[in-house]
Amino acid sequence: MAPAAITLAAEAPKLSAANTGFMLICSALVMLMTPGLAFFYGGMVRVKSTLNMLMMSFISLGIITILWVLYGFSVAFGTDKGSLFGWDGDYVGLSGIGLTQLWDGYTIPIYVFAVFQLMFAIITPALISGALADRVKFTAWSLFIALWATIVYFPVAHWVWGTGGWAFDLGVIDFAGGTAVHINAGAAALGVILVIGKRVGFKKDPMRPHSLPWTMLGAGLLWFGWFGFNAGSWLGNDDGVGALMFVNTQVATAAAMLAWLVYEKLRHGAFTSLGAASGAVAGLVAITPSGGAVSPLGAIAVGAIAGVLCAMAVGLKYKFGYDDSLDVVGVHLVGGIVGSLLIGFFATGGGQSDAQGLFYGGGLTQFWKQCAGVGGVLAYSLIASAILAFLIDKTIGMRVSEDDEVTGIDQTEHAETAYDFSGAGGGAAARTAVPSPVAQESKKVDA
Amino acid sequence: MKLITAVVKPHRLDEIKEALQAFGVQGLTVTEASGYGRQRGHTEVYRGAEYTVDLVPKIRIEVLVEDDDADQLIDVVVKAARTGKIGDGKVWAVPVETAVRVRTGERGPDAL
Repeated sequence: MAPAAITLAAEAPKLSAANTGFMLICSALVMLMTPGLAFFYGGMVRVKSTLNMLMMSFISLGIITILWVLYGFSVAFGTDKGSLFGWDGDYVGLSGIGLTQLWDGYTIPIYVFAVFQLMFAIITPALISGALADRVKFTAWSLFIALWATIVYFPVAHWVWGTGGWAFDLGVIDFAGGTAVHINAGAAALGVILVIGKRVGFKKDPMRPHSLPWTMLGAGLLWFGWFGFNAGSWLGNDDGVGALMFVNTQVATAAAMLAWLVYEKLRHGAFTSLGAASGAVAGLVAITPSGGAVSPLGAIAVGAIAGVLCAMAVGLKYKFGYDDSLDVVGVHLVGGIVGSLLIGFFATGGGQSDAQGLFYGGGLTQFWKQCAGVGGVLAYSLIASAILAFLIDKTIGMRVSEDDEVTGIDQTEHAETAYDFSGAGGGAAARTAVPSPVAQESKKVDA
Repeated sequence: MKLITAVVKPHRLDEIKEALQAFGVQGLTVTEASGYGRQRGHTEVYRGAEYTVDLVPKIRIEVLVEDDDADQLIDVVVKAARTGKIGDGKVWAVPVETAVRVRTGERGPDAL
């Protein structure tokens, strides 16, 4: 979050009903991104893994919410301890916060800021799940995100946005989470899959998306929710920066979608719907860190560059042989890096901060700062996530058995199937849904 | 009696049905099927990853006819199914020992 620029130094900020209402709506929009993400990912997996993919996002809504209230908000946004994490006893359990107590320097209550940031904390681990499709035990995933949020997300959010965090103090620009959310999640995904390995049949069996309409619906929900994510990140509406961010979000996303589609047409001969959905998400990711610093024309450049680079990057997994199932690395890590580094070139100095990029007379100063932020978060998240996955794998085991993976993780981990295609009772649900004759008989007796 | 089986392109179903009705066929069975002949399938692209899809959607039409009508009926089906492009399908006939109408118990040609 940016330093207090909204009010004059002389007068203390007062609670603004407009900003408070705006931020509550933005929080709800960001919440919607997580189910949106679930559908974006859910459509891309095979039929037999659909529910698991949805559940990996949904469980984040449960687990992270509780952790955030208990201690997450305190670690991320409490008083700085050594530039690495925060702590504030009043934030533990959100117990010492007054209803009208304002977030420092802003016109919204702490509760509003806490719940807005909660939604970011929820979606970030959910983003990782796309890389792990089909093969991770649900208990292992639940434990992983609880530990990952504690050890990686909460501190990294403090580094980037918390007063006193090292990246914040260095002057790294991350408007709404290119570093803290997307690079963080993308690097974590890479760390985990390097430990757990490939899906059974990777590069051999066809693993086509089972419902691209779902994926496009999910991408649409993400795009919609992202306005809350981005435009809300200025925490108010008093000086137009949030509005600039809204415009840039739309512009960059459009540019990235078009760039991805053109690249695809030239390279593979078709404009695909998955390309349109992926390009849109790549643009959203890339404008997230940069949208407060660039002009709308700059946003077109950021989006177009991200669209092409991410479209190229998703092929890397086949080249290098790591199984990033749904391209979390290709879209979120690469898109986040592109958006963060381009600030060093396209920052105008007229938006959220007066830092200027290379093309606006600022030299490479800001670019090097961005590199430090990107490198620091990437390295920490990659290594810490790999170690976490390794430890979980050595204790309770990270992957389902090969047998279960082939049968389908929905059936074996959740005792459900997403669809019942067969009137004759092909799915597990259909079999158990028919009451046995014995049960019917005893019911009659009871009656 | 003969069983005529045709595995053809799905979009020719209506033409074939009409042609069979005009010929006087009373009943038929249609099943969704998939398969390939010499042409094989097609290629799909997902984020740059290309998948070769071998099996192509087809429909399978089955008709029981009397021996005398079989050759003519095959011609009717072939004519209605033909587009001239690759993947038009195949039609074949096999002998049938007997057929029974379930409702009445009639056997042989009477059951058709």
